Amino acid sequence: MKFKDAEHLLRMAFLFVAGLIVFVLLRNALVPRSFGQYGHYRGDALGEIKARPVAYAGHGTCETCHSDVLEVKDKGKHTHVACESCHGPLAKHADDPTAVQPEKLDTRVLCVRCHEANSAKPKSFPQVVSADHSAGLACNECHKPHTPVIEAEAKATGGKKK
Amino acid sequence: MNLSRRKFLILLPAAALAWESIKAGTPEAAPNYNVSQHWWAMLVDIEKCIGCGSCVRACQKENDVPDGYYRTWIERYRISEVDGVENIQVDSPDGGKNGFKPSNEQGLKEFFVPKMCNHCADSPCTQVCPVGATFASPDGVVLIDQKYCLGCRYCVQACPYGCRFIHPETNTAQKCTLCYHRITQGLTTACCEVCPTAARQLADLKNPKDPIHEYLRTHSVQVLKPHLATGAKLYYNGLDGAVR
Repeated sequence: MKFKDAEHLLRMAFLFVAGLIVFVLLRNALVPRSFGQYGHYRGDALGEIKARPVAYAGHGTCETCHSDVLEVKDKGKHTHVACESCHGPLAKHADDPTAVQPEKLDTRVLCVRCHEANSAKPKSFPQVVSADHSAGLACNECHKPHTPVIEAEAKATGGKKK
Repeated sequence: MNLSRRKFLILLPAAALAWESIKAGTPEAAPNYNVSQHWWAMLVDIEKCIGCGSCVRACQKENDVPDGYYRTWIERYRISEVDGVENIQVDSPDGGKNGFKPSNEQGLKEFFVPKMCNHCADSPCTQVCPVGATFASPDGVVLIDQKYCLGCRYCVQACPYGCRFIHPETNTAQKCTLCYHRITQGLTTACCEVCPTAARQLADLKNPKDPIHEYLRTHSVQVLKPHLATGAKLYYNGLDGAVR
């Protein structure tokens, strides 16, 4: 028996194929080219996240110009403290050293951030109750921040203070 | 156009190469960085953390994190014990950004715990994203595609460590990127850079020369919530059992 009305089927097939073509074209246009490059995400996102400018230049950058400070710092206990830990983010200063200058720091604010006594701090970490310790004097009246040991004491103990 | 079969076959590989370069998109910002040669992690030594908040401040400045939101923060644990029952108090004023006021209570067990994204290898947050906006990069960093994120908050709920938030202006999910823009340039993260006691250290587990391997071998190192099997890569030395 010959199947009548095959036209219906053809029409349906045509609609299906047309729908498929529209889907493939739309998908091609809408899905970003880099989607799936590494996984189920846009591969270009990695590049975009990478492109953010840095704010902290890193101590390696500081040391290329400020080797004199590095020498002083190496003699004391602050040798492992990075420059920008106290001086703040200075990538802009590294890009243009004359136009952007680091702020002057207030040691009364700066030093107590780390050295104010707190029972939760490790016992081996040097701590003081700043109100009792300095009687309102700025820390850098006695301690030079780059080599914090007091010089007279340093001479007596012969270098690094334990 | 009169194109012989021979010429057509010669042109075919060139066309394929061109198509590949179109598909690959724009070249990445750091051309010498190879994603397949790194597997990033971080090491936190609780015995060295002094709770100064330098890392929190540096993170906010480096990544423009809005006030009141934290990609990394410090918690202070204060644990008292009476008749074998532990009472655990945790505080984190302003995420520990301005340090911690000394407590007057005596005889407590006290310590600081810096926290941030654990950059899990099998992270729950990336699995729930309905649009493929958050993902673990080939070098082991969990990142968010800010152009693709819908702000649906699924990932915020899925993170067992509470490391994600919705940015109040962009309305997209944000979190620690492990300073991806820095580590791909050979710099360390902002928090590790400024940490005065080296309590935080960036580690590359695929680099055989990284001191992390020796450290993991010789120390009792733990991750947070290991029972969740998230493959967390934020390793803690000296972690107390009370920390959640």
